[in-house]
Amino acid sequence: MSITRDEVAHLARLSRLALSDEELDHLAPQLDQIISAVAQVQEVAAEGIPPTSHATGLTNVFRDDEPTPCLTPEEALSGAPEVELQRFKVPRILAEEP
Amino acid sequence: MDELITMTAAELSAAMAAGEVSAADVTEAHLDRIAAVDDQVKAFLHVAANDARARAREVDARRKAGEPLAPLAGVPVAVKDLFTTVGMPTTCGSKILEGWRPPYESTITQRLRNAGAILIGKTNMDEFAMGSSTENSGYGPSHNPWDLAKVPGGSSGGSAAAVAAHMAPLALGTDTGGSIRQPAAVCGIVGTKPTYGGSSRYGVVAFASSLDTPGPLGRTVLDTALLHEVMSGHDPMDSTSIDAPVPPVVEAARHGDVAGLRIGVVSEFAGDGYQPGVMARFTEAVELLESLGAKVTEISCPHFKYALPAYYLIAPSEASSNLARFDGMRYGLRTGSGSAEEVMAATRETGFGAEVKRRIMLGTYALSSGYYDAYYGKAQQVRTLIIQDFDAAFGQVDVLVSPATPTTAFPIGERADDPMAMYLADLCTIPTDLAGNAAISVPCGLADEDGLPAGLQVMAPPLADDRLYRVAAAVEAAFNERWGHPLLAEARGLSAR
Amino acid sequence: MTVTYEEALQKYEPVFGLETHVELGTTTKMFCGCPTTFGAEPNSHVCPVCLGLPGSLPVTNRVAIEYTIKIGLALNCSIASWCRFARKNYFYPDMPKNFQISQYDEPLCVDGYLDVLVGGKTVRVGIERVHLEEDTGKSLHIGGATGRIQGADYSLVDYNRAGIPLVEIVTRPVPGTGYLAPEVARAYVTELRDLLRSLGVSDVRMEEGSLRADVNTSLSPRGSDVLGTRTETKNVNSLRSVERAVRSEVSRQAEVLGSGGRVIQETRHFHEDTGVTTSGRSKEEAQDYRYFPEPDLVPVAPPRDWVASIAASLPELPSARRARLMSAWSLSELEFEALRNAGALGVVEATVAAGASPADARKWWLGELARRANDMGIEVSALPITPADVARISELVAAGSLNDRLARQVIEGVLDEEGTPDEVVAARGLAVVSDDSALLSAIDEAIAANPDVVARIRDGKVQAAGVLVGAVMKATRGKADAARVRELIMDRLS
Repeated sequence: MSITRDEVAHLARLSRLALSDEELDHLAPQLDQIISAVAQVQEVAAEGIPPTSHATGLTNVFRDDEPTPCLTPEEALSGAPEVELQRFKVPRILAEEP
Repeated sequence: MDELITMTAAELSAAMAAGEVSAADVTEAHLDRIAAVDDQVKAFLHVAANDARARAREVDARRKAGEPLAPLAGVPVAVKDLFTTVGMPTTCGSKILEGWRPPYESTITQRLRNAGAILIGKTNMDEFAMGSSTENSGYGPSHNPWDLAKVPGGSSGGSAAAVAAHMAPLALGTDTGGSIRQPAAVCGIVGTKPTYGGSSRYGVVAFASSLDTPGPLGRTVLDTALLHEVMSGHDPMDSTSIDAPVPPVVEAARHGDVAGLRIGVVSEFAGDGYQPGVMARFTEAVELLESLGAKVTEISCPHFKYALPAYYLIAPSEASSNLARFDGMRYGLRTGSGSAEEVMAATRETGFGAEVKRRIMLGTYALSSGYYDAYYGKAQQVRTLIIQDFDAAFGQVDVLVSPATPTTAFPIGERADDPMAMYLADLCTIPTDLAGNAAISVPCGLADEDGLPAGLQVMAPPLADDRLYRVAAAVEAAFNERWGHPLLAEARGLSAR
Repeated sequence: MTVTYEEALQKYEPVFGLETHVELGTTTKMFCGCPTTFGAEPNSHVCPVCLGLPGSLPVTNRVAIEYTIKIGLALNCSIASWCRFARKNYFYPDMPKNFQISQYDEPLCVDGYLDVLVGGKTVRVGIERVHLEEDTGKSLHIGGATGRIQGADYSLVDYNRAGIPLVEIVTRPVPGTGYLAPEVARAYVTELRDLLRSLGVSDVRMEEGSLRADVNTSLSPRGSDVLGTRTETKNVNSLRSVERAVRSEVSRQAEVLGSGGRVIQETRHFHEDTGVTTSGRSKEEAQDYRYFPEPDLVPVAPPRDWVASIAASLPELPSARRARLMSAWSLSELEFEALRNAGALGVVEATVAAGASPADARKWWLGELARRANDMGIEVSALPITPADVARISELVAAGSLNDRLARQVIEGVLDEEGTPDEVVAARGLAVVSDDSALLSAIDEAIAANPDVVARIRDGKVQAAGVLVGAVMKATRGKADAARVRELIMDRLS
């Protein structure tokens, strides 16, 4: 087994997914199967092979320090579930900023 | 069917330019078609009827005033619901964005608007582009016009179905693991994954940032090229956008020719899991290419067999990060109660479907400290090896070919809860996404077992997108001559109304 | 029983480190063209990119890279020839994407140092890295008693600040400063702030949050090299707080260790009012940020000629300036430190440039003006008096038109915004009485009123003349030149 149900529950918490027990029962074995399959990459001999994070080979793409038009506050807040004082109203935050 | 909906985009463009038909009539004909068949196909999540009619009238007025108009002016285009469009909802096939109306437009749809194209609606897709069948859509699957009990492929399944069902001559899709080419293949149409960076991702909701490539779908090679040209090109709003001229794809599409071209058949893309009928049509396509003057050899790309596992590490990893923003704080669904942390978790639990949850957790796992090197890190190395395989191959041949996908369209429901089986649909398409080069799927016949379409995939080096169209156009012309009609004429899935 | 700082130092060696965040003074944000100006109405300086709307993409601000390279060069760092941005993943409502674009194992600048002068000695503070990242939005926490997160009912988020370029400067641990650890920590932040200001890359105001310092503290047993468990202290909002935070943490940790406990690796919150730290969040379970290279941005590979041109554009660095000023003004290290600690280097230099002698300039800025600034709780450079004003006052004293006491009154007048020094002199009538005849009557009165003093003077006890001088000064309300008064008295009595 590559990953236990408890570990999957932990991943769910890290990903902010409040999975029900039924879902966990259903998803955990699937995730286990997938992880076993993707672990196949470890078979590849890759000594000295650099990883590729960007396929284009581009570097140094910059923009000038010049202002461009902003959204209006109405546009910015247009999708917000709750607004107060022209700000995004969010429920009480428990943890301090990391 | 009304003639206007059987004409190609190129033909419609010429007809409108010649004053033979109005943009308003073209748009109306397609809106009628949508009304007639989309309750069977379910390709569209949103039909922008009023907006389309208004834009069409504008095009007619400008043409009447003698203004020079771009080739796609007045041509309807269906837009995968992954592109942000002002004035239309953008759901990404997810309940977490139900009803969201973006306050800004994607670069590509803006370019289409500027060219006078008619954005006729937003099409269904697998949620956040994760899937190969549209069954992962939060709004129900789309149906293959060839056989409504079959999937139209995915994730750009709605776009492919819309084009195959003549609801629009052109459609926008995105390809991350094969999400344009595979639906194009199983719907019997043409679809291209441009070179990564060749088309702007600004306004394209991100699934896997280093792989996502917006691209065109159409019923013909030329139509697809026309859309490819308009949508492509450098965008300063996208740092990964290539600053180079768009390859001359339209020119190439008009001059299909493979004489003297060196073609490599990828030996890894055959064997177990490949439907015999699909392989038969593929083999015939290769023979056809040879008869047209191409030089065909077999090429081995030994690391391609690791492409699938590498992809299913890289893509979910990037996705787990890209999708973190959907938390109910700023837009979209908000549900649950209690603290911000609880509301975030409840919102994501309710708003995301099972496949998205699987991939988010998989990505979180692969990036975790202690696992990063063995999983994500290793996958990035495999990616380098795949690029090297392509480089070596393209040192010997001009293009590579393979089936676009191992099987024809599978039944709706068959793989829906079997992720590993679903992932196999991407076997042939994934390597090009990892390497960032260009590939196209063009119809190459119907499989004997089920009479459903199969696609020939052609792959070219980065920035050689035109080469794809040159080959595809030659194949298309030769097949059309052999069949006597375009393949789509055989699609019988829809009740004619 | 609480352990004092002195007691703590008997058994332990303090080791500290500093992580400072600097908001760059670019015109636009790190990855988009929204303005960075302070004080705009909420959510009015935002766009799809800094709001992290679905489909948005970042594009790097060239000037932010330039400024960061400038900072790295000024701190004697090596500039990376190739580096990438990375995503730091965590969920928090003030971060629109729930990840921060930052740098992880490939910072733009590494391995530098800043020499800091404390107690007459130079301490070389190693700089481990300088990297770039984007700032977060700002939250108002509503409903709790203190406006802090604890006890709040909900929060209101403004994303104007989200995306502003932040440079993070991380020191290596600094051991071996012993008793002076708090002062060295403070001096480092002061020097760093002055350096950044001289580079013109930020307005570095701790009060406004454009310079933020997190202080790491740990204790090693005396005589041992073994590093203790360190804590991180946040909410350190002034230079003085840097010093106090180190001092308080050293005492606290010594007490914990002394009573047989162990120091928990955690984040602590500094309280301005009490000067102590309280526990924030435990860092025992270190947060896994799942860093990976930012796929939406391409690598940054600063061409060497660009780096060279930035190096050539650097202004005089603090170490060079220190050497120059110490030489020009004949200062000892301690005298220089006094100026640096008072934040007075700039104003003193400007005052000398305006014509005052270095000694005079130092006397006023470190004396009267530093006292006033302290009372008002501000920097000397923020006082409503200019170096030109001080130079003028100094000139008037040198010319004899003002004495020290009158000069202090003129300063008071300028600080109260009554006008320029000359205007204050005129308005308040503060000129020294230089007319001898006006003084003579006051002198005669004083002589007449103090016969016993006069007798002692005539007896040879000339110091007693001070009493008469005092009486004359009082009679003239301080507007006499004391030395001249004494001369005239001695004249009179001889």
